[in-house]
Amino acid sequence: MTEPSELPSAEAALPRGGDRVRRHRLSTRLWHWTNLVVITVMLMSGLMIFNAHPRLYWGKFGANPDHAWLEVADHAGRGTLRIGSHAFDTTGLIGAATDAHGQVQAQAFPGWMTIPSTYSLADARLWHLAFAWLLALALAAYLLWSLANGHIRRDLHITRTEWSPRHILADVADHARLRFPTGAAALRYNVLQKLAYCGVLFGLIPLAIGTGLTMSPGFNAVAPWLLDLFGGRQSARSLHFLAALGLVVFVVVHLAMVVLAGPFNEVRSMVTGWYRLPAERKGSPRHEHPGHD
Amino acid sequence: MTEPLSRRRLLALGAAGAGGLALAGCDKLNGTPAFRSLLESAEDAHRGSQRLLGGGMLAPEFTVADLSPDFRANGSRTAAANAEWARHAANGFAQWQLRVDGLVLRPLDLSLERLRSLPQRTQITRHDCVEGWSAIGQWTGPQLGGILKAAGLLPAARYIVFHCADSFGGAAPYYESIDLLDAFHPQTILAHAMNGAPLGVAHGAPLRLRVERQLGYKQAKFVTRIEARSTLAGLHGGKGGFWEDRADYAWYAGI
Repeated sequence: MTEPSELPSAEAALPRGGDRVRRHRLSTRLWHWTNLVVITVMLMSGLMIFNAHPRLYWGKFGANPDHAWLEVADHAGRGTLRIGSHAFDTTGLIGAATDAHGQVQAQAFPGWMTIPSTYSLADARLWHLAFAWLLALALAAYLLWSLANGHIRRDLHITRTEWSPRHILADVADHARLRFPTGAAALRYNVLQKLAYCGVLFGLIPLAIGTGLTMSPGFNAVAPWLLDLFGGRQSARSLHFLAALGLVVFVVVHLAMVVLAGPFNEVRSMVTGWYRLPAERKGSPRHEHPGHD
Repeated sequence: MTEPLSRRRLLALGAAGAGGLALAGCDKLNGTPAFRSLLESAEDAHRGSQRLLGGGMLAPEFTVADLSPDFRANGSRTAAANAEWARHAANGFAQWQLRVDGLVLRPLDLSLERLRSLPQRTQITRHDCVEGWSAIGQWTGPQLGGILKAAGLLPAARYIVFHCADSFGGAAPYYESIDLLDAFHPQTILAHAMNGAPLGVAHGAPLRLRVERQLGYKQAKFVTRIEARSTLAGLHGGKGGFWEDRADYAWYAGI
């Protein structure tokens, strides 16, 4: 095994496929595993809070007499999800599902998706609003730490070359063919990874926190401009739900990519920081695009 | 090829097992007093941070164009089970009086007419139910602060308690409480009118509290007595409100 630092010349210093390399800093690893817990709790307790009023509105106000753009309802044991004017039968998953005791529960999200697993708005709020502090403080700490240690500049910053449609399309094509970077190229995030991570760090999580704060009547007095920014409290509630949905989509894609890229190596690198570079493919000449692979 | 596959299967099994354990673990933690009190300490952080940042700042006010066409009435829609309230209601609340007592120099009995003759505040604000829905309404009434000044709070007074005529679900009388900072906030009023008309029964006739920087369950309806107290301990369940006692909702409902 060759340590990159022990290599003599700059050219030879590039690690090759099969080498064990330092990949994730402590800050990234701490943030990742904190998030596994915090985002899971926020999501599951959030679904229970949604269960208390499974309707979403646009605008400053919205209650039962008003038009909801999304609604989960139970019609005589049939679960229904309505989005706009489209209704879907979601019995068994959303709106009506059989619980662990074989009873059909008429609640929007079933107990296995929620914290706590049986209906309690008060307890879900207790979890959600306490873990919200962890999420906000962890995000702030991670972004400051990553600014200081160069993670944002070196690893997350999307260069002008990477922004070019040709480059992005080439990366999309690589992903579609499940053709992942090998050797030294696997040390760097590709542009789709960068877009996904930046979208979560600077998009979805701040949106979730901002819209969450906007739903607080006490915080509305402190920062009424947030209401204008998000188009009113009920719009903020809808956007909060959509931000959570976006995070779920990210997690699903993220887990799929980890499984495809080699789960043991990937998980180990997020635990210990050490990663074994995938071996270079033999025989097939590789198309090159600048700044990538 | 068998090694990575078995690793993969191991990971999948581990993930599924961890998921199941996590679910059961969360319910177990939820019932653990030490963990609950840790979560509950966040309530102090909410109140502390909002008071620090917000102080006496006003809740947003809206215009007539923003009013909910149909303001949802929630919780108790009547207090008819209370014979005294029902007698007053039948009489148009002509003989009804609001009692102000507890840790005050001068206990007061204020008729509806007297409350209407005090300086009035009209505000269009948003009512946010803890469940998630919101409705915008216009409220008119005297500021609570002025009434408390007239009664003269004793130095030991820390909380203002609102005793109500209704009893949600027939279990125990509804009540709520706020601290002095909210009690003397300019938007904290005792509303006897809503959307320009006398307060309807479903919304808490003849008088309800509006404390605009907190959630709906703090907006006590059918208020009959206001009591200044040094502590919330020893009153009903001791947690300062009907839903706080019954369902463990947070006493500070600014979030």
